[in-house]
Amino acid sequence: MKKYLLTACLYTIVTTILLGLIYPVALTMLARTVFRNKADGQMIIHNNRVIGSAIIGQPFSGTGYFHSRPSAAGTGYDASASSGSNLGPTNQLLVTRVESSVRAEAAQQAIPIDLVTASGSGLDPDITPAAAFYQVPRIAQERHLPEDVVRQLVIDKIKPRQFGLLGEPTVNVLLLNLALDGLHTPRP
Amino acid sequence: MSLNGWLQILSFMTVVLLLAHPVGNYLVRVFERRSTFLDFVLAPCERLLYRVTGIDPDHEMRWTEYAIAMLIFSAATTVLTYVVERIQHLLPLNPQHLPGVESALALNTAISFTTNTNWQSYVPEATMSYLTQMVGLATHNFWSAAVGMALAIAFIRGIARREAKTLGNFWVDMTRSILWVLLPISICLALLLVSQGVIQNFKAYDTATLLEPQRIVDSSGKIATVTTQTIAQGPVASQEAIKMLGTNGGGFFNANSAHPFENPTPLSNFLEMVAIFLLPASLVVALGRMVGSPKHGWAILAAMIILWFAGTTACYWAESQGNPLLHGVDQRASLIQSGGNMEGKEVRFGIANSALFAAVTTDASCGAVNGMHDSFTPLGGMVPMINILLGETIFGGVGAGLYGMLVFVVLAVFIAGLMVGRTPEYLGKKIEAYDVQMSMLYLLIFPCIILGFAAVSVLMPNLGLSSLSNHGPHGLSEILYAYTSAAGNNGSAFAGLNANTHWYNYSLAVAMFCGRFLMIVPMLAIAGNLAGKKIVPASSGTFPVTTPLFSILLVGVLLIVGALTFFPALSLGPVLEHLLMRSGHVF
Repeated sequence: MKKYLLTACLYTIVTTILLGLIYPVALTMLARTVFRNKADGQMIIHNNRVIGSAIIGQPFSGTGYFHSRPSAAGTGYDASASSGSNLGPTNQLLVTRVESSVRAEAAQQAIPIDLVTASGSGLDPDITPAAAFYQVPRIAQERHLPEDVVRQLVIDKIKPRQFGLLGEPTVNVLLLNLALDGLHTPRP
Repeated sequence: MSLNGWLQILSFMTVVLLLAHPVGNYLVRVFERRSTFLDFVLAPCERLLYRVTGIDPDHEMRWTEYAIAMLIFSAATTVLTYVVERIQHLLPLNPQHLPGVESALALNTAISFTTNTNWQSYVPEATMSYLTQMVGLATHNFWSAAVGMALAIAFIRGIARREAKTLGNFWVDMTRSILWVLLPISICLALLLVSQGVIQNFKAYDTATLLEPQRIVDSSGKIATVTTQTIAQGPVASQEAIKMLGTNGGGFFNANSAHPFENPTPLSNFLEMVAIFLLPASLVVALGRMVGSPKHGWAILAAMIILWFAGTTACYWAESQGNPLLHGVDQRASLIQSGGNMEGKEVRFGIANSALFAAVTTDASCGAVNGMHDSFTPLGGMVPMINILLGETIFGGVGAGLYGMLVFVVLAVFIAGLMVGRTPEYLGKKIEAYDVQMSMLYLLIFPCIILGFAAVSVLMPNLGLSSLSNHGPHGLSEILYAYTSAAGNNGSAFAGLNANTHWYNYSLAVAMFCGRFLMIVPMLAIAGNLAGKKIVPASSGTFPVTTPLFSILLVGVLLIVGALTFFPALSLGPVLEHLLMRSGHVF
C-alpha cells in the first residue's frame, strides 16, 4: 500500500508540472505568437482607450443606438460575471420581463424574439438580422438619416453563416453602433 | 426547424464517424504498446516518467490491484486540488487577488473534477485564480479522462483475454492516454480554437469604457451610472480543448461554452462538439478491433447513433416551437432569424446548434453547455435529463461511456439468453450469475443516488427547496437534474438552482463520488471475472452481437431500464410542466 501511495504522489507531481504548468504556458507563448490579437481578446482601442472587445457584448439602451439583447450577467453585460437568467419557460418573472420589454417598445409589429430574451452568457455580442432591421426606423428617425442608409449599414454588417453552413447569420451590435457613429473600424 | 439546421446536425455526425475509424485504430496501437508516428518524441518522455515515479511498465495487474492503484491516485489528486484552492491567495498567477476558496465549495469542486463531473457551484471568473484553474482544475481534465480511458481498456482486455488473471497496468494505460492521445490532440485543438477567438493569456482583467454609459438600478435600489465594463481574461484555450476532448465540461467562465471567449464562432462550436464525441466513438471502434470483432463495435455504435438522433430531434423540435406564454414577439424561423425559444441561447448558435450541443454534451458525460438548459422548454430540457439518466451510454464519457454501455450489453445478452432458454454467451464468454449480479449492482446504484437525494431535498424546505429559482414542476426538474448530473458525472445543470450551500455542496459531492467510484468497482469485478473464463465456441444457439437485431435489442434494454426507473419522476417534472405550459399556467 505504501508503494502505491508513493507512486501515486510522484505521478501526481510530475504530471501536474507537465499538464498544469508546461502545457498552458507553452501554449500561451505559441498562441500569442501566431494569433496575438485573438489570444488577447480582440480588444478595440480608440483614442488610446480600450472601449471593449469585438466579441463581448455591451449594453445599449438609448434610442440613438441599436439595442443589444437583455442581459442577466451582473447588472447587465458584466463581463466579469457571465450568466444566463436561468428562468424556466413557465416562470412568472420571465413572462413579466418579456411583457414589459414588449410594452416599452410600443411596437406596431411583433418583436424578434432575440431582442427580448436574455442570452446564455449575458454577453452575446450579436443580434439577429431580423432584430437589426426591426430597429432601423427608430434609428433613422433619431439620427435624422434616411432609412435606406441605415438599412444598408445593417446589410453591410450582417455576418453570414460560416462556410455558408455553420451557425446563424448575425449582426455584431458594438461594431454596428461604432459604424453608426462613423467612429472607427476595429483591427481585423 | 430548417433544412440548414438538419444539414448542420448531419454534417456533425458525418465528421465524427469519419474520424472515429482512424482514431480508433490509433487507440488500439497506443494501448497495445505498438509503434506509432509520435514515438520519436513521446517514447523518451514515457521512459523518463516511469523512471522518476518508479513504475515497472511490464508489471501486470489483477482487477483488484488495478482498482486500488486507481483509487489511491484519485485520492492524491483530489487532495492536491483541495489544497491549491484553499491557499490560492498565497500562490502566484492571481492577478485579481481572489481569496482562498471556502471549505465546502473547495471539497465539492475537488471531487467534482476528480470524478470527471465538473459540476460547478461557483462563478469561476470571480472565484478561481489562473493558477487554480491550470494546476487544480485543467490537470483533472486530463487525469479523469485518462483514468476513464484506462478503465475502458481494462474492461476490453477482460473481454478479449482468455483464462487470464490480469487486466494490464493502470499506470501504463494512464500514461499512454495522456501522452499519446489527450495531450497532442489538445494542443492542436487549442490552437484551432485560438484561431477562432478563444483567448489564451495571463493578463489581469481589462477595463473597457462603454460606448454608451448606462443608468441602472443597483442592488440597494439606488440609480447608478455604469461607465465601464470589466472583461475577464485568462489561459482559456488550453483548458477549453481538454475540457471538451476529455468530456469534462467545466467552464473557465460561468457561462461555459456560451461565453464568447470560450466559444466565439459557429466553427469553434462545431469543433467543440466533435471533440466531445471523438474519443467515445473511437473507443467503440477500438473495442471491436481489440475483441476481434469489428462488426460488434459498429453494432454498438449503431445503437448509440439511433439514441443520439432521437434525442437531438426531440430537443430541436421542442426548442423550435418557442414559448407559447410569450406574446407580442416573433418566434417564427425565417431567413433572418432562427426564431424559437431564445431565452438562454446565443444568436450565433441559434436553435439547431443549441439543441444539438445540449444533446451531445449529455449523451457523453461532458456537461459543457452553450445555452442554459434551465431555460429550455420543458420537453427540450427533458432530453438532456433523459440522456444522462440512460447512464450516459450514448457515446458516453471518455471511457466511462464505453464501460457503462458494456454493462448494458452484458444485460442485453443475458435477456436474449433468457428468451431462448440457454446460458447466455458474450463473444465466447459464458455470462454467469456473478456477472449479472455485478451488472445489476452497477445499474441499481445509479437510480438510488439520484432518486434518494432528490427525494430528501424535496422533503426539506430549508435545505433543499430554498435554493430554487423556479417554482412549480420546474423546481422539481431543477433538483432532479442536479442529482442526475452529479451521479452521472455530467456536470451540466439547471443552473437556476443555487447549489453553493452546505447541503448541496456536500450531498452533490457524495453523489458524484458514488456515481464514479461505486460504479467502477463492480465494473472492474466483471472485467476481472470475464478475463479468467474459457472461450466457448459459437453454436446455433449463440445470440450474434454483430447484427442490426442486436443494436435494436440494446436500444430496447436501455430504454426499458431507463423508463421503468425514472418515468414517475419525469412525469412530475418536465412532462407536467409541458402540459401546464400548454394550458397557459405560470409559476
